[in-house]
Amino acid sequence: MSEVKYSKEHEWIKLEGDIATIGITKHATEMLGDIVFAELPEKGAGVEKDGTAGVVESTKAASDVYTPVSGEVVDTNQEIVDDPSKINQDPENSAWFFKLKIRDKSEMNSLMNKDDYDKFAKENSN
Amino acid sequence: MEIKKTSLYQLHQDCNAKFVEFAGYQMPIQYSKGIVEEHKFTRNHSGIFDVSHMGQLFIYGGDELIKDLEKIFPLDLKNLKLNHSKYSFLMDKDAGIQDDLIITKINEGFLVILNAACKKDDFKILQELLNEKYKMVLDENRSLIAIQGPKSSQILNEVFSGVKDLNFMSGDWFLFNNQKVYITRSGYTGEDGFEISIPNNFADKLTRELIDKGSSLVGLGARDTLRLEAGLCLYGHDLDKDKTPVEANLKWAISKERISKGDFIGSDIIIKQLNNGVTKIRVGIKPEGRIIAREKTKIFNQSDVHIGEITSGSFGPSVNGPVAMGYVENEFSKKNTKVFLEVRGKKYAASVCSLPFYKKSYVKGPN
Repeated sequence: MSEVKYSKEHEWIKLEGDIATIGITKHATEMLGDIVFAELPEKGAGVEKDGTAGVVESTKAASDVYTPVSGEVVDTNQEIVDDPSKINQDPENSAWFFKLKIRDKSEMNSLMNKDDYDKFAKENSN
Repeated sequence: MEIKKTSLYQLHQDCNAKFVEFAGYQMPIQYSKGIVEEHKFTRNHSGIFDVSHMGQLFIYGGDELIKDLEKIFPLDLKNLKLNHSKYSFLMDKDAGIQDDLIITKINEGFLVILNAACKKDDFKILQELLNEKYKMVLDENRSLIAIQGPKSSQILNEVFSGVKDLNFMSGDWFLFNNQKVYITRSGYTGEDGFEISIPNNFADKLTRELIDKGSSLVGLGARDTLRLEAGLCLYGHDLDKDKTPVEANLKWAISKERISKGDFIGSDIIIKQLNNGVTKIRVGIKPEGRIIAREKTKIFNQSDVHIGEITSGSFGPSVNGPVAMGYVENEFSKKNTKVFLEVRGKKYAASVCSLPFYKKSYVKGPN
């Protein structure tokens, strides 16, 4: 059974075994508007919890993408680099950003579940 | 200071606008469709823009006013026909641009459309330069609505019969519910379109009518990408007091006849720059790939020497790629010159290109 958790930086993370798939939430895409550029970490790179792991840009501005947990990048989604509008269309599913082999499962504990995140997003949407 | 609202504020809210404060006004940055869709809708159909925050300055006077204004603007105003418009700028004595504007000859004098952030200063500067000799009204009782895009002429003509026969950069008075409305065929998107000066109380009614006829509201976000693709400057970004019209590559807007006389504010600098060239000049910049270079991005040459800066940059929805403009040292301003842009600490290849990125489709004559 996989579990999906959420960060305060509006990333979602789905853990299956020790592989985590990470993307940005629908709420994040709604805040950003039309996404027109995406930059992902290099495969093989090590990333640290709460560190920068990519960039998304809307027509208006650039925003960093953070990783909610530490690990090694094992895969990236080239489809969203080639067509960033896919991030707006299906942010929490096919438009994932990168996959990590995670280092420490306990880092998941500090993240929010769906209900808590929805509440958090609502409070932070103004 | 209280943030001002335009007379279309309620309509913006009804259309789910996201608001942003701009030059002291609460303005719509986008509506629910988003910037890319709004941009494309303008290019393919017709978009309505609330530009009521811009200044509508009426200056009343006759031949003497024309003479006095020619000391200020580098335009051949004495030969500007009734209801015809010109793009120009207000310069300081060093030819630094204090604002860019559209000036139209009307019966009683001139109508000058000014940038929102500059309008109050412009008013003071002009009042001083004209020695308070003329009646000047920065009209807060009128709204300004732009309708832009290929279907706009047909849509607007259903409300104002005959408006489709206006030539580009000319205008006339029309009636809307017995109110006098001044319409010019102009705009700032690279599309055929019109700007409508209408009493505040009737702006909402007119705009809703235009929406019913198939046009749609478009926010400042898409206005920015539209004008950038069209290679048009945004004051405070591509133009400011540290840049002259020659450096901004806008010498086409300076009357040759007036240069030969050299009797307007800043003319000695303009003439010097036209004769001797400039050290920096505005160019189009096309990044390779998808990287977006925004304002203040540094530009380098192939030897890694800093040669300029981006002044506007975004994603161009009609170009379907990044677009930018900026100032580079003159020797690197030739089309196709390879340059590098520093984005988030990395250098990305780009090339100098001619503007616009998107070809204009202004209507030159009646259609």
